[in-house]
Amino acid sequence: MTDELPRTDVAADAAGADTHPAAGQPLLRIEGVAKTFGMFRAVDGVSLDIKAGEFFALLGPSGCGKTTLLRMLAGFEAPDEGRILLGGEDIAQALPHQRPINMMFQNYALFPHLSVRDNIAFGLKRAGMARADIATRVSEMVALVKLEGLEKRKPDQLSGGQRQRVALARALARRPQLLLLDEPLAALDKKLREDTQGELMELQRRLGMTFIIVTHDQEEAMTMASRIGVMKAGQLVQVASPRELYEAPRSRWIAEFVGDINLFEGESRLRDGHRLVIGTRDAGTLVVAEPREPVGAGKFAVAIRPEKVKLSRRGPVSEAGHETALNRLDGVIADICYLGGTTTYRVKLDTGGMMQASVANSARLDVDAYSLNQHVVAWFTPDDCVVLPS
Amino acid sequence: MRKISRLSRFNVASLALGLAFLYLPILILVIYSFNASRLVTVWGGWSLRWYHEFFNDRAMIEAAWMSLRVAASSATIATLLGTLAAVALSRGERFRGRTLFSGMLYAPLVMPEVITGLSLLLLFVALNAERGFWTVTIAHTTLTMCFVAVVVQSRLGSLDRSLEEAAMDLGCNPVRAFVAVTLPLIAPAIVAGWMLAFTLSLDDLVIASFTTGPGSATLPIRIYSEVRLGVKPEINAICTLVIGLIAVVIVIASLASKLSSSQGESAAPL
Repeated sequence: MTDELPRTDVAADAAGADTHPAAGQPLLRIEGVAKTFGMFRAVDGVSLDIKAGEFFALLGPSGCGKTTLLRMLAGFEAPDEGRILLGGEDIAQALPHQRPINMMFQNYALFPHLSVRDNIAFGLKRAGMARADIATRVSEMVALVKLEGLEKRKPDQLSGGQRQRVALARALARRPQLLLLDEPLAALDKKLREDTQGELMELQRRLGMTFIIVTHDQEEAMTMASRIGVMKAGQLVQVASPRELYEAPRSRWIAEFVGDINLFEGESRLRDGHRLVIGTRDAGTLVVAEPREPVGAGKFAVAIRPEKVKLSRRGPVSEAGHETALNRLDGVIADICYLGGTTTYRVKLDTGGMMQASVANSARLDVDAYSLNQHVVAWFTPDDCVVLPS
Repeated sequence: MRKISRLSRFNVASLALGLAFLYLPILILVIYSFNASRLVTVWGGWSLRWYHEFFNDRAMIEAAWMSLRVAASSATIATLLGTLAAVALSRGERFRGRTLFSGMLYAPLVMPEVITGLSLLLLFVALNAERGFWTVTIAHTTLTMCFVAVVVQSRLGSLDRSLEEAAMDLGCNPVRAFVAVTLPLIAPAIVAGWMLAFTLSLDDLVIASFTTGPGSATLPIRIYSEVRLGVKPEINAICTLVIGLIAVVIVIASLASKLSSSQGESAAPL
């Protein structure tokens, strides 16, 4: 993409993409940033490094401080504590217009009195770019977000998806070092949202730009981001790749927030080589793999994702290895939720608990499907379990 | 249109009576301003005689000119101050005493004019200010500023704050962001506020008579004193002109505020 967009000497560029941070040094470093509103500590000591070219997602429930953190990066809020280093320079107290960072707003914040063209050109004019260069850049941006032919429309003459594109083009036009996206897809319907997710990823790769997106939608974060930072009550509780976040959540709260999960509380009984034997109240005795960071004795929660739980009528017969047979739980089907690609069964265990099992509907005919009140065996391997501090 | 055609006879009658009650006196005044007769109540045929008379009445013309000057300058100052007050009130969410300030700003809306006029008179006497054009202008500014603030503030309240933030994000300092984005969006409200202030000043009699000085009577004062000596048909002509002027200003103001609110709708996110 950079070949297609000829470089133009503008103030924004000079301050922007041309100052490459030294190799290995993160583009953005957030150090112990905190922000308090009255009595409420919205952001509570967040530290984070973001490398150039990353697609980073800040994920969390509403009110967790992710938007406040983003607004501090944009300059709309000044942190009470900590530093924000962009390319090694502390910008924590700089005003929004002094930062080589642009933001795409949740409600797009398009200027209603300006046309699409003028909305996109707004930031370029402020950067003191020459008129001819502005025209070139605007048409590049219009082509980039596929809005050709709509340049003269006002925002109220556009559909929701088109407005979203204008907002994106406007934020990208100045070629910021860092693009912040505040719930950029929240206002779009599901189908359009999925298409746009793909386009945003594609765009980010082509431009080689660094994106930080704020979202409360874990699927959106997992789909788009290369790394995800999960926030809870103003703190960053885990920073990991989507896979690691899903398969190795650091706490019970994260495990429950990201995706569905079965949780069983219990106490560690004994250690058998790489295995822990945990006695649970609702699911009997479970054999689980010892976590990477060794845990002492005490109370734990055993977590198993529903798709890791296999169901069968008589137990794991075909794969009847020693390993797989370690966790077998008898129960009856209590609830069936057909979702198209998968079916989620809720199994009432004989030991008292409930267990969700998600089964792929790999055959079109329902010969393999279970029916309500049918007796089944739910089984899973020790490696499918995650042991979490209770 | 459909609704109008569905009006029953009773509704038509009550509407006609209501409108007649409001506009018949004005209509009679307008018709009699074209009366050729010297007697106000006797119809003597059509004539533009009294308009001619008015344009040759130096004192009346001076009063009218004075009124227009006062209205234009007080409306301009009031618009400036009222807009600033509205911006401070709707943008400064966190400043202390905001409720008190807005309450104090709106108090003149309901304050009896006699009290406003009297207190201003006392102030000008205490300051030993020479009463005339400037004292009336200041008094009218006090009266009309709160109306401007109300109009502009309601428009500002419906504006999305993130518009200004977007402008700052795209390279504007806070002042430029206001000028480049907020000001164009509230401009119709500011225009409407100015028009409102202008008409309020133009037809004010009470406050003007408290705060004016010798030799600087406004048109309402002049008309009022003439009428006390008996109604001359010339007054009808002047009043017709004033009605025409105010009608034009009000139509423009309501068009401006309509434009403003329709833009407000489009500014709302989907």
